[in-house]
Amino acid sequence: MINLISPKSLRSLGILGMNRRNISFIGKYNKRSNYRLVDDKLLTKKIAMAKGGIPVPELYGVVEYLFEIDGFLEEIKQRDSFVIKPVQGSGGKGILVVTGRDGEDFIKSSGVKIDSSDLRHHVTNTLAGLYSLGGRNDRAMIEGLINFDPSLKDYSYEGVPDIRVIVFEGVPLMAMMRCATHKSDGKANLHQGAVGVGLDIATGQSVSAVQNGVLVTRHPDTNAVFASLRVPDWDKVIELAAGCNEMTGLGYIGADIVLDKKFGPMMLELNARPGLAIQVANQAGLIQRMAIAQEIVASTDDPAQRIQQAKERFSNAALATA
Amino acid sequence: MVASKTQILVIAVTLIVFGLGLTLYKSITLGLPLIPDQYQDVWTIESKVSFQPADGPVEVALSLPGDHNGWANLNENFSSSGFGFTVIEDELGRHARWTKQTLDDPATVYYKIQVYQQSRELASPSASPTLPKLLKLTEDQEKAFAFFVGNLREKSVDDESFVSLLLQEFLSGTTNQEVQFILNSTHVGKINAILQLLTFAGIPAHPIKGIELEDGRRKQTLSVLLEIYNGKQWVVFNPDNGASGLPEDFFIWERSDDAVLTVIGGKKSKVEFALVNNSLPLRTVISMEQQSNKFALLDFSIYALPVEQQGIFKGLLLIPVAALVVVFMRVFVGLSTSGTFMPILIALALIQTTLLVGLAIFLLVVGVGLWIRSYLSHMNLLLVSRVASVVIVVILLMAVIAILSYKLGIDQALNVTFFPTIILAWTIERMSILWEEEGGHEVLVQGGGSLIVAVLAYVVLANHYVEHLTFNFPELLITLLGVILLMGKYTGYRLSELYRFREMKKQL
Repeated sequence: MINLISPKSLRSLGILGMNRRNISFIGKYNKRSNYRLVDDKLLTKKIAMAKGGIPVPELYGVVEYLFEIDGFLEEIKQRDSFVIKPVQGSGGKGILVVTGRDGEDFIKSSGVKIDSSDLRHHVTNTLAGLYSLGGRNDRAMIEGLINFDPSLKDYSYEGVPDIRVIVFEGVPLMAMMRCATHKSDGKANLHQGAVGVGLDIATGQSVSAVQNGVLVTRHPDTNAVFASLRVPDWDKVIELAAGCNEMTGLGYIGADIVLDKKFGPMMLELNARPGLAIQVANQAGLIQRMAIAQEIVASTDDPAQRIQQAKERFSNAALATA
Repeated sequence: MVASKTQILVIAVTLIVFGLGLTLYKSITLGLPLIPDQYQDVWTIESKVSFQPADGPVEVALSLPGDHNGWANLNENFSSSGFGFTVIEDELGRHARWTKQTLDDPATVYYKIQVYQQSRELASPSASPTLPKLLKLTEDQEKAFAFFVGNLREKSVDDESFVSLLLQEFLSGTTNQEVQFILNSTHVGKINAILQLLTFAGIPAHPIKGIELEDGRRKQTLSVLLEIYNGKQWVVFNPDNGASGLPEDFFIWERSDDAVLTVIGGKKSKVEFALVNNSLPLRTVISMEQQSNKFALLDFSIYALPVEQQGIFKGLLLIPVAALVVVFMRVFVGLSTSGTFMPILIALALIQTTLLVGLAIFLLVVGVGLWIRSYLSHMNLLLVSRVASVVIVVILLMAVIAILSYKLGIDQALNVTFFPTIILAWTIERMSILWEEEGGHEVLVQGGGSLIVAVLAYVVLANHYVEHLTFNFPELLITLLGVILLMGKYTGYRLSELYRFREMKKQL
């Protein structure tokens, strides 16, 4: 017998489903014409730096045409570590992370060695639109590698953990840390078996953790206990994420934040269609939180006030008593 | 938001009611049955006579099929733009005649007929069997005829076995010396040579010209059978394989020596047939035909179109139903498919190939394609060239499958060409990327999802009732549109989410 939950229970828990998310959340609060601001990661980076002074990883360069690849390969020899991303990629597709060098060769985050012809192959594929929405022609952007905060090292295997915060009009609704596993091939992608750890909006303390839709207590590879996880610099993380609605003009988005050893929290990218698994990781539904957030939005225009109220009302302690 | 929701609701309900209303009106007032009762294969045969101008006035005569060959005629139509037109009935049967004083450009005239088979029994030809005239034969030819006929007479017990032996000798690829000589020296073609030999042997015979009925065929041409008199009755033989008896699905057009088409004052004339088979309740067709002049609604139905277009619409009208299946499976069940509407195209292909053969072909092509694609991925090609290469590989695979299956005698596999090549190539490309990026598991999920949706769509499309309803009541599409609009506003949970969020139970 397959283990199922009844629609009635889901409704009573306020769990947001895909259809409702598409119609009542994304369709209602995200203006189509502003999508390109988040679908084009280069544009996101630009407005982040221009508008809010929101910290982002350093941009090393962009490859737009095939003839530029030779120059790029020449240039990249100078670098020890970097990340290549499709500018319009989705779901973490086509992201190549180089963490070190071995003579002429490059070492990927998984430890596999590749040479410059592999890099060329990857970039041509990116330009041809292999990893992009709808397969249209794309550009490749090269960014500095995040040296993630060592306090989080035990919670992620062969990859950078990132923090997904869902924000509505400046109110942080729900947060989760995504930890790469061996199974997810070093990617912080829940579909591929990364672990999602729900986080208390008030403190950044872990709530519960989920892998492939099942609750877990320890990291499958490092054996670290998730209960002791607490994200450092939490106030900064939340503040950064909450600023993203205004920056993009999109009402309901997921902000992906990483913690750099040197630079602190940085905005990696934004998502106008944030996923639903965050609810399982937090063991809570988005529908009620959305209702509360609408009250908060109605009550104040001040960004700091909105964050403060969200922390108060969505804190684990507050939710437990409610 | 509320406004847009009510708006959609109003529009959708209006569409649904409108479509249902029209359907009910047609059903109740015009008496078209909603649920088909007795099915009959009704063939619509459109003959297209085309010719090029020559000097002088043009006269085109087309002999028309009679009622006496087991087929009942539901209705017929002629098109004769710019030609004088008459139908002549005489002792030789019915003829349509188109005439024109001068003709400058190549021209085409049409004759459309709807028929269904009443019985497989052939009525005896009215004329008593007489031997037709024999050609004037040279001495050599006469010797060859006598030798050949004498030889066969010795081996055969009666006229029928004589004919079947004779036809065996004439099968294509024959090496028989006398047959070669007879064919080469008489210059009248195989059928006439056989008729001459039968006359020489004293067996009354004449050709039967007709059409091998095959649904959806466009440029079908006339086939010829032979009918011989064995002293007691007429027996039909197929000169192409020597078999006796009337083949199934053979529509007899002309049952005598007379030509089917004669064109005076024109050249390069030819007659071609387009065929569509509708499995229809006879009542529907008869009442539509009787009333089509009375009611504009019927006059503007799909039946008013030329046969070729009718055939195309028969397929097109099914697509919305398949789309409904896809929408349902995605919105209510939450099955992920590779490419939103790819399953529809697969389902349409499955209709042509039959389910199991089609699935086998699909899996084979995609499987081999993936394997070859994995090799291509090492070659570091640009995306467009790689997909183009996969397209070519897919076409080659299809050719190999078609040839092999033909040699092995699996006819359904010949329909492999109905699989959309480009879609297959993109499916392979996407699956292969998916494999590299997210692993074999995701390929199975999406590939399996697509196949399940395709098979479900196929089951719905292959249903008799669905075909009957979509073809006879195309206004149901309006209803379908309303339903799909409503589905687009569904905000409830998907079936898959009941599994996805199963761990939330701990919060209850």
